[in-house]
Parts: sequence; C-alpha cells; structure tokens
Amino acid sequence: MVVGLEIHVHLFTRTKMFCGCALEYGVRPNSLVCPVCLGMPGVLPVMNKQALEYAVLAALALNCKIAEFTKWDRKSYYYPDLPKNYQISQYDLPLGAHGFIEIAVEDSRSKKIRIRRVHLEEDAGKNLHSAGNFSQVDLNRAGAPLLEIVTEPDVNGAAEVRALAIELQRIVRYLGISEADMQKGHMRFEPNINLIVTKDGSEHKTPITEVKNLNSFRALEKSVEYEIRRQLDNFLETGEVMQMGNKSTRGWDDVNEVTVLQREKEEAHDYRYFPEPDLVPVEIKGRWLAKIRTRLCELPLKKQMRYVEQYRLSDYDAGVLTAERSTAEFFEEAVKEGSEPKRICNLLTQFGLKLANEKGCGVAELGVAPKSLAQLAQMVEAGSVSASASTSIFEVMVKTGKKPQILAEELKLIQKSDAAELEKVVEQVLAENSKAVEDVKSGGKKSEKARGFLLGQVMQKTKGQANPKVVSEILAKKLG
Amino acid sequence: MSGELLNKDCRQLREAIAAGRARSVEATKAVFEAINKYEPVIGAYISTFEKQALAKAKEVDDKIAGGRAVGELGGVPVALKDNLCTTFGTTTCASKILENFHSPYNATVIENLLAADAVIVGKTNMDEFAMGSSTENSGLKRTVNPWDTSRVPGGSSGGSAAAVAGGLCFAALGSDTGGSIRQPAAFCGVVGLKPTYGRVSRYGLVAYGSSLDQIGPLTRTVGDCALMMNVIAGHDEKDSTSVGESISPVCNYLEKLDEPIGRLRIGVVPELNAGSDKNVQNAIAKAIEVYKKLGAEIVEIKMPHFDYAIAAYYVIATAEASSNLARYDGVHYGHRTASKADYIEVYTKSRAEGFGKEVKRRIMLGTYALSSGYYDAYYLKALKVRNLIRGDFTNAFERCDCVMMPVSPTTAFKIGEKVDDPLKMYLSDVYTIAANLAGVPAISIPCGFDKNNLPIGLQILAAAFAEEKLLRIARMFEMQTEWHQRRPAMPE
Amino acid sequence: MSKKIDEAQVRKVAKLARLELANSEIEEFTVQLSAILDYMEKMNELDTTGVEPLAHCLPISNVFRDDSIKTSLGTEKTLANAPQQDGEFFKVPKILDDSSGA
Repeated sequence: MVVGLEIHVHLFTRTKMFCGCALEYGVRPNSLVCPVCLGMPGVLPVMNKQALEYAVLAALALNCKIAEFTKWDRKSYYYPDLPKNYQISQYDLPLGAHGFIEIAVEDSRSKKIRIRRVHLEEDAGKNLHSAGNFSQVDLNRAGAPLLEIVTEPDVNGAAEVRALAIELQRIVRYLGISEADMQKGHMRFEPNINLIVTKDGSEHKTPITEVKNLNSFRALEKSVEYEIRRQLDNFLETGEVMQMGNKSTRGWDDVNEVTVLQREKEEAHDYRYFPEPDLVPVEIKGRWLAKIRTRLCELPLKKQMRYVEQYRLSDYDAGVLTAERSTAEFFEEAVKEGSEPKRICNLLTQFGLKLANEKGCGVAELGVAPKSLAQLAQMVEAGSVSASASTSIFEVMVKTGKKPQILAEELKLIQKSDAAELEKVVEQVLAENSKAVEDVKSGGKKSEKARGFLLGQVMQKTKGQANPKVVSEILAKKLG
Repeated sequence: MSGELLNKDCRQLREAIAAGRARSVEATKAVFEAINKYEPVIGAYISTFEKQALAKAKEVDDKIAGGRAVGELGGVPVALKDNLCTTFGTTTCASKILENFHSPYNATVIENLLAADAVIVGKTNMDEFAMGSSTENSGLKRTVNPWDTSRVPGGSSGGSAAAVAGGLCFAALGSDTGGSIRQPAAFCGVVGLKPTYGRVSRYGLVAYGSSLDQIGPLTRTVGDCALMMNVIAGHDEKDSTSVGESISPVCNYLEKLDEPIGRLRIGVVPELNAGSDKNVQNAIAKAIEVYKKLGAEIVEIKMPHFDYAIAAYYVIATAEASSNLARYDGVHYGHRTASKADYIEVYTKSRAEGFGKEVKRRIMLGTYALSSGYYDAYYLKALKVRNLIRGDFTNAFERCDCVMMPVSPTTAFKIGEKVDDPLKMYLSDVYTIAANLAGVPAISIPCGFDKNNLPIGLQILAAAFAEEKLLRIARMFEMQTEWHQRRPAMPE
Repeated sequence: MSKKIDEAQVRKVAKLARLELANSEIEEFTVQLSAILDYMEKMNELDTTGVEPLAHCLPISNVFRDDSIKTSLGTEKTLANAPQQDGEFFKVPKILDDSSGA
C-alpha cells in the first residue's frame, strides 16, 4: 500500500499568524478575536515573524530546500469558520520543498520519506454542531499559524505511518516550535491511501482515499489498516481503479473503527488561487537564514541512532532517552562529566524519568544537576555504592538537592570495596565459622547456602557496607 | 458671515481659527446650514454627525482660546467617503449589505484626521463598494452634480466631490481604484489627488481592488490637498503594503508648494487626447499653453500599452474584488436574509439581496477570471500587461517630469445615460486607470468649463512617490488661473 | 457571433460566488459578461512572452510584526454586528457535512 500524508502543525507562537490576538486554550468563545481575524471590512494582515522563523526551522529540519523568494496566496472557499471566505496560504512557491524525513523501521534501520513541500497558512475557527437546527462558530482559533507538511507517497503500511507521525511529533517538539499534542488538536494527520494490487501479472492502482478526523496515533494507524482491507475488498469486488477525479474523502469513525464516505471529490473545490495582494513577498536568505539555521539541533532519530552506536545503548533505551530533547541533553551533559553512559542511562530510564513523571516535569527540572548524576554513576562504577543503593540516593537527591557523595555518607550507603580491607573481615568470618567453611568446601546444595551465610556474616560485620560482589570474589578465591 | 467662511479654503480657515479671527463652531454651523438647505437636492451625504461635529468644533475653539496647540486641521470640517471605517456612525459603502454596520475600529487615516483636530461632518455617498464611475450604483441614495442637478457627480467618490464643490464641507477624503477620486473631482470642478500606491495607509479602507486602491483628498485648492497629505501620508504598521521611511520619506508637502519647478518637462500623448470631446481637448490644450508660457518644455511621448489598461484593470480589479467581497456572507456582520435558508442559502440569498447589480456583475467577472482554466488567459495575462504599462510610465518619466492628459473623455454626463451599458461605463475610465495599474500618483485640477458650464479637469501624473513635485506642478497652474475659484450656483 | 460565456457557465460562476441569481439576471449577465469578456480579448493583441506578471507595484518585501500580544475585541464586541448570535457564538443554519470544507 502507498500512503502520502498531509500534516498540519499548530505553531507555538504567542499570537496569531496575521494579527496580535493571543493563542490560548479553554477561554471564552470568540474572546480572542480582533477585526483582522474576524475579517471585518477594511482590515489587513501583517505577518508574524516568529511563525515564519519556526516554519523555516521546521523546513530545515526536514532537509528542505528553502525558497529564496516566497509569497502568499489566497485560497477561496466558503465556510462559516473561515471569516474572509478565503484562507491566506501558500500555493506555488512554498517556503520549503524537496526534503526528506528519516523514520525508524524494523531491525533498527531507518528509511527516508520524501517531503514534497512545507508551507505556512492560517487556521480556520471551529464549528460546533450543537443540538437543534444551528451550528455555532467560534473564531478563537481563526488565524492561528499552521504549518502544512506534505509527503510524497513513500510510506508503506500502517506501522510506517505511525513511525512517521511519532517522528514528526518528536522533531517539532525538539525544535520547540509546537507542543504537538494530538488530543489538543496541535497536530492533524490526513493520510492519502491507495493500494497497488498485482493481479494476473499486472499492477492495478485503487482509487486514492483521503482520511480525515483522526485525533490520535492509534486512530491514524487503525484507519490505515482499515483502508487497506476496505480498498482491497472494494477492488476485488468492483475492479475500480484510480482515475482522474475519483479521489474520495472519508471520515474516521472512532467508535465503530471504520471510515465513512464524506463527499466524492468530483465536486472538487475550485480554490481560485491568486497572489495575496495585501502581503508583500518574503525573501529568506543571507544572514537571516543563517541565524535561523543556528537554531537547528541534532534531530531525534539521528541522536537515537548515535546513542546506540556510540554509547552501546539498546534501541529501546536510546528511544526513551531521546523521546524529549531536554532528557537527551541532560543525559549528554552527564556523560560529558566522564561517567559510564550505560550507567547514567539506567539511572535515568529506570528511576529518573519515573520520578519526573510523578512530579509532572522533565528530568532537567528535578533539581539534580547533570554533574551530580554523573558523580552518582561514577560512585556505582567504582563500587563505592551498590546499584540498589544508588536509587535511594537519587530519590533523596531529588528531594534535597544535596550532592551524592554527601548523601551516601549521611545515609550510610557507602560500600566498602577495598579488597585488602574486606579480605581481613572475610578471614575473620571464616575463622569464626569453620562449620560453614566446611559446608562450602563439601559442595552440593549445602555449599551454596553456606556461601550465602558467610556473605551475610561479612555484611553484618561491615554493617551492610561491604560490596557484596567483591566479598563474593574473595570468598571464591579463598574457598574455591 | 457664514458665506464668507464657506468661501475660505482649509488653510485659510485653519489660519483664521488659529488666529482667533474665526471660530470652528461658526464654520461648522455654516456647513450644516448649507447641508440643511441643499442636501435634499444634492444628496452628497449618507450620514451626518451634527451634534458631534459641533462638540468637536467647540473643543477646538476652547483649546485655542486657552492658548493650547491644535492639530494641522484644527477646527476644519471635513467629510469622509463611506468606505472608510469609523467607530462613530455607520460604514455602509453605500450598500444594503452593510447598511447597519458599525465598525469597532477607525481607519488609520481617520485616526490621523482626529489627531489633527479635524471636525468630521459626515460620511459621503459613493458607488456601491466603490464600483462605478458615476455614483449611480449607490445602493442607498442618489447624488447629483451641484453644477447641473440632472447630471452625475462622477464616481465612485461622487458624494465627496459634490460635498466639496457645493460648500457642504471644506475638504473630503475619497478613494481611487481606477479614477474614483480624479474623475468626480473633474466632474465637480475640484482638486482630487490619488497618491502613489503605498503612500497612504489602506487600513480601514474597505477593500475593492487591493493592489490598486488608495485613499486621497478632494479639496478646493492644491494647497489644501498638500495640507491633507501632510495629515494622512505615511507608513502604517497595520498595512503591510504601506511604504516606510527607508523607501520614501514623507515630506512636508506645503513647504515648497509655491516654488515652481524650473525647466519643467511635460509629456503629452497626442493620440490619447484625441479620444476625448472637443471641449475637453481644447481645455487641455489651453492648460498646456499656460505651462508653456511659464517656460515648460512639451515632450511628445508614446505610451504604447495605454490602450490595454482598461482590459487589464477590469480583470485585476474584479478578481481582487470577488475575493475581497467574499466576506459579506451574513454570518459575522452585515445583512442576513430573512428567508428560510440552509447553510448555503444563507450565503447565496444574503449576498443576492444585499449587493446591487454592478457589484454582482464584477464579482461574477472576477470569479470567472480566477476560476480553473481561465486564470492564465485572464488574470495572469492582465498582470503581464500591467507590467508593460508600468514600463510605459518608467520610460516616460525618464524624459519628462510629469505627463498631462484629460481626466475623462467627457464632462459630467446625464443621470441614467450610461447605467444600462456597463462596458460603455468602463470605457470612460480610459485616462485614469493606467495610474492605478502602475501605482503612480495623479492629480485632477480644474482647468476650464464646457459650453454647458460643466467643469473640465486636467490630469497630471508623476513618478512614484513624487507627490511633492506633482503638487508644485499643479500649483504652478493654479497660481496663473482662476478656474478653481468658480463655484456652482447651488439649487434652491 | 458566438457568446464568450454561456448560461451554464454563468450559473456555475454564480454558484462559486455564492450568489443566487434570478433567471432574468442570468440572462442579462450572460449577455453583458460576454460583451465584457470579448473586449478583454484585446489583451491577446499584446505579445507578453518573457514579461513577468506584476502582482505588486511595491519594491518592498519582508514586512513583519513582532510576536507580541495585542488586546482582542472581547466576545461582546466581536458578536456586536452578528446577525444571529447567542452571546457566545455566531449562529448559522446547521452545517451538514463535518469536514472543514477545505
């Protein structure tokens, strides 16, 4: 199956695309509207520079060629949530084109999905279909800056669609240009799906379906799976193939988990695109473009793959660490302090993130400096605290902000790992417990038990501070 | 006393008020007396604000009496074309679809006028949504020409022109997309200036042809025009198409106004002039003689693409208009149909009921020109022709300081004469349209009368942002002639 | 002389422009628009190969505003001119399909 996606991303600016109205959620309907976004007579749009820079940043991250000269166009259609009855968008000269995004596919490989274009536009308001014969219109969202990304039909199958969606979400979050919360409607996906069926030695293409109304990754994945089955069934039954003008639009019904036909696209809109006369063109080049470029960061998938290769982390762990940029950067800071990456990774993935989730913040906001985490990891490496002790220390570090060294001492969790010192204690224990020594040497079931008993005695004598690994080694040396 | 006051131009009135020799309240009262007397016939105004105007006039008088400073238009009663958004009164664009529309904001030029302490008299009549050349397309009322009440005042700023000519205000603002300031100014014997595109903010001007529209003054004298420009010209951050200081700094248009341009070179296009009535041709020729006597050199130039301006204009303007007027749908403001309607009929019925015929016609034309399959043949082609026309001007201004030609092929025509033939009406815009396509400034000044005692206008065009020079060139003529001092005999 | 635009096209354009025209208007417009479009053929007398389309007369680009918040109108003022509203929303007859129309 062949899928191309159209993605809309709400940019995280303070104000709308063409006016100074604030962008907030959960406020009174129609309270964040001004004459401009209301489309009143005589108003004019003025571009939000931040939105444009965010869009260029996204296009750069998607490896697009940035248009040196770009402009705005009017896209005309009538709808109550579109006050001017045209949308200011970009038509023939999008700000970015011919790029690609890398997504993770099975066997830890990656695949390039080509990006056809990236452009900016303004969002429409919201229609609410209440009870009765009326629909209600709320224009709070009208004019919000929207980034539109269109891929080539390079995506194969539901799993890849999901991977693409997740990767895009990661990227825009990394860049800090969008919250990309699907539930809040920050990101909308519209897959365009069709199948290439091989029958009787020749290839047949089924008509393209565009699916709308997808509010989660799950819905996205399921709708793609559903369409594969539906289109195959339809083809086998009717033999219908792709032709000019038989693209259709279907809406996703989340309750019944099916797609439902909305309109045949043959009543296709004539958008009558023409250059927006109220806005002057944009030239993106030189110092300005260079400045935006400096805000690029290492992209999440690249980072993830680098962690696997450079730090020998598992794919899963690398994925967890790179889910959020702040976590990854915290990790890298800690590693820089010269500690074992795998150790730091474990501390973070097994405990740090859990604690952060409970507190509702990122690891960087736990109040623990990367250096401190590095120190803690070093202490575990050196054996001065046990791995299990380190988690308790970590928790207290978060609570008090104190340094690990100090806490280890305060909590009496410092492990004794000096072999010479421990050997003395071991010898003492062996001397005091000759029966157990005999049991160990005799082998068999009793041997293991006795070994454990002796270990326990050493631990007792050292008030639990002996490094059990080292003790075991010494015991093994002495007893075999 | 009131007669005397009404004979002053803005500058004279402002000076007199500032010097305490006259009071704004008296001038404003005189204006409203004239309005009460003549408006039933002339019909220049859609709405007037007598109470507020007198209050503002008193405020200005008090300021002056108290020795405090007032703005450049302190106490001068001015009128506003009704497509300029005001928070006071209604902004109707002479259309039923906006008959009860109350704008929540003021156009930038309005803010400028208010800051300059102007007294706002009222909103003037116009062709509906500025679409027309006679004001006969108004959806609300009829305006007649003060010089001959059986004739049109011109359009689309007919109300503003008639008000200035008839002494129903001291100055007015209009808008010009294809000649809508200059042509009514010529028909009514007043001065009308279309500034360079981008010189005056369009924020708050109800859009017709966005890449062509400009707001400009209609006044009795060139000096008043310069004064008005001082108040309204300049960059506006709310208008992305308004030009900033770095491209062209705004100057004081009054400073050197009376200084003639030495070694003035005037471009003329004989083939073009030949297309107008004999009366008009003679007046233009005589006007050019006046300049010759002042030492100007007359240069014959060619503007080979002029002939195509009307076609290009009516594609571009209607295309933009069809889009600009899409917002009038009965949902967020404006007229909504009272008939039973589904969510599509709300649009189709409200718009059909609210818009007049000419507006519908232009929306249809523009929609067609932009529609799939026709875009290249019409819209794209028109934009290319536009480039060629601008090229004509660029070439012309290399060889001359300004170009002179008629404003209109005829003087004011009879009411009803052209209304039934839209194409005929469009073709009368032949002289004015090119300046809008090229974005250059152009002014109409009174230069004579025909045998029916109807005013004739001389059009002077200059290079982009050369308003200062343009006004001085116009002033040169005014200083040598008395056409601008003639007043119509007002109908009793 | 063949018409530049026929009645069927006029109806189609009226639909695109959301104008309900009476049959008499359709007839009248068909004649008038044909004449006007005929006149516009004039432009084809000009060879415009290699000529750039001029959408803007202005020598400017990159006009922006800062991402700073300005006061909005507030719900009351926003709805003040609305022909039908319920204090919070604009009201329109029920929209039949759910899609955003785009």
